[in-house]
Amino acid sequence: MLFKTRRFKQLVLSSLLTLAAVGTSSGMQAQDKTLLNVSYDPTRELYQEFNPEFARFWQEKTGEEIEISQSHGGSGSQARSVIDGLEADIVTLGLAYDIDAIAELSGKLPPDWQAKLPDNSSPYTSTIVFLVRKGNPKGIQDWDDLVQPGVGVITPNPKTSGGARWNYLAAWGYALQQPGGTPESAQEFVSALYKNVVVLDSGARGSTTTFVQRGVGDVFISWENEAFLAVNELGPENFEIIVPSVSILAEPPVAVVTGIAERRGTLDAATAYVEYLYSEVGQRIAARNYYRPRHPELAAPEDVARFPQVNTFSIDLFGGWQKAQADHFSDGGIFDQIYGL
Amino acid sequence: MISRTSHRSTRFERNLATREAPWVKWTLLTLSLSFFALFLILPLVSVFFEALRKGWEVYLLSITEETALAAIKLTVLIAFISVPLNLVFGVAAAWLIAKHDFRGKQLLTTFIDLPFSVSPVIVGLMYMLVFGANGWFGAWLVEHDLKVIFAVPGIVLATIFVTFPFVARELIPLMQAQGRDEEEAAVVLGANGWQTFWYVTLPNVKWGLLYGVILSNARAMGEFGAVSVVSGKIRGQTNTMPLHVEILYNEYNFAAAFAVASLLALLALVTLVIKTWVEHRASSHFNATHMVPADVNTLSPRVMP
Repeated sequence: MLFKTRRFKQLVLSSLLTLAAVGTSSGMQAQDKTLLNVSYDPTRELYQEFNPEFARFWQEKTGEEIEISQSHGGSGSQARSVIDGLEADIVTLGLAYDIDAIAELSGKLPPDWQAKLPDNSSPYTSTIVFLVRKGNPKGIQDWDDLVQPGVGVITPNPKTSGGARWNYLAAWGYALQQPGGTPESAQEFVSALYKNVVVLDSGARGSTTTFVQRGVGDVFISWENEAFLAVNELGPENFEIIVPSVSILAEPPVAVVTGIAERRGTLDAATAYVEYLYSEVGQRIAARNYYRPRHPELAAPEDVARFPQVNTFSIDLFGGWQKAQADHFSDGGIFDQIYGL
Repeated sequence: MISRTSHRSTRFERNLATREAPWVKWTLLTLSLSFFALFLILPLVSVFFEALRKGWEVYLLSITEETALAAIKLTVLIAFISVPLNLVFGVAAAWLIAKHDFRGKQLLTTFIDLPFSVSPVIVGLMYMLVFGANGWFGAWLVEHDLKVIFAVPGIVLATIFVTFPFVARELIPLMQAQGRDEEEAAVVLGANGWQTFWYVTLPNVKWGLLYGVILSNARAMGEFGAVSVVSGKIRGQTNTMPLHVEILYNEYNFAAAFAVASLLALLALVTLVIKTWVEHRASSHFNATHMVPADVNTLSPRVMP
């Protein structure tokens, strides 16, 4: 009586065989050495280009074949994943605070990790600029124009996005540095700015898609590299980049997660990897992917020429990331007060 | 089921007392059909349209590219592990609930439905809390160099959780409708528990079982939320197809994103076709064995006119 129907038997059998065939063929091939670089959203293109270059360099230097895997996501959530056990040999995140969090909560990095590499461990920098629609119909030139009534602003949520924190602090710093600027006037300015925000996405890439693909908003406060990428990938005929009078020096840091790399036996390769970002090859690739190289003389002049002059202030204006985070973005911090209103 | 309902509706139609005015009928029909066209068919068509916008070459290239292939293989592997496990769990649970009385039966039924009511993201976070580096078993797992979260086992666990109810939910009503008469007869004739299950219960529900497996497979391959939390999103290693679609989309690689999405959509369509076929077989089988008493002994499914 059992499964007498031949067709039914055949059906079950053939589907099992197909699955088995696919299942067994998916075994992973062994590599000499593997590295995992856990990064934030806008660096996809950069590391897609950098990883094969480093693999070639490493093989020439040591004869070892190396495979580099990439993981991308919001800077904060990527840090969370590493804390929860994602085995990153290298982290390349959007802001130092996120790597601080890994060091503090998992102990897999020394607290002074940022002093291990030159230039605050940031081989490339960026800044915050405005992306507007072609012809700049709302006439946006500087931060002041973003608080005008009727201007729709797109920026991600600073509680969840590293890029958004840079945006927020850039606006704050601008207001603070105006004649007669005080923390009170800065808070007032930033409050007015966030009143104009029409969509508060959770990450920088989400915001780009909102502004570019869905056509929402008049101005998108963005990483410079992200703005360049959006313009070049999705149509120079549709968008323009506006550089404000003053902005923040955004330093996306890189670090070897020594606790993990030591255990996996990849410390040498991981260290070479982050150091290679400072080399001519690394700097050239960074500049080509719209990150400002720390050593412009090493990059291609035509790539460097694309970057406009910007007056910047650094995170030191806020007393470093730890203090900025505690003052502005912690629960009940100034951002909560602003956005809760 | 289908044949019976359609038969009834025609009788319903013929009866003047129960027939609706033609304009009501046509308005409702137009309304629901245009709704389907607008919100179901059109988006589905647009996926294929976007996928093929840059031509077949780009399409084939984007689904045979290394990381895409790895994502497809991983997705199939996940389904290959989680669906058979669900099959066993589901049949066992349904058999217990439909054919036996015991204390806590209601509780078990509720637990089976739990994955339907828990948001997939919460499922992922639950596993994170248990198996993550700071979770209950985290330290022990690290010590023994076992990887659950951000590796294939974690993805399998999350997938099993979200697909758990499909097989059981499909079987319980079917088994309950069939009652225990045949099993009791088998026992009276001297069959032991295993024989009863294997020769009586299982053959009676095989089409329903296949239906449950198909649904469970479709969900296993398409799950996003729970898998997204525990995956770690490592390209070529822990990216399933739905995650890969999101990544490609975020890389402005729309043609490739829609190409992989079209594979998932294709899976959905194939599932739909098999599902309809199985439903048809199941209903004729059900009719053959249960609607006509004389046919009780001929268990091979026959299509009723």
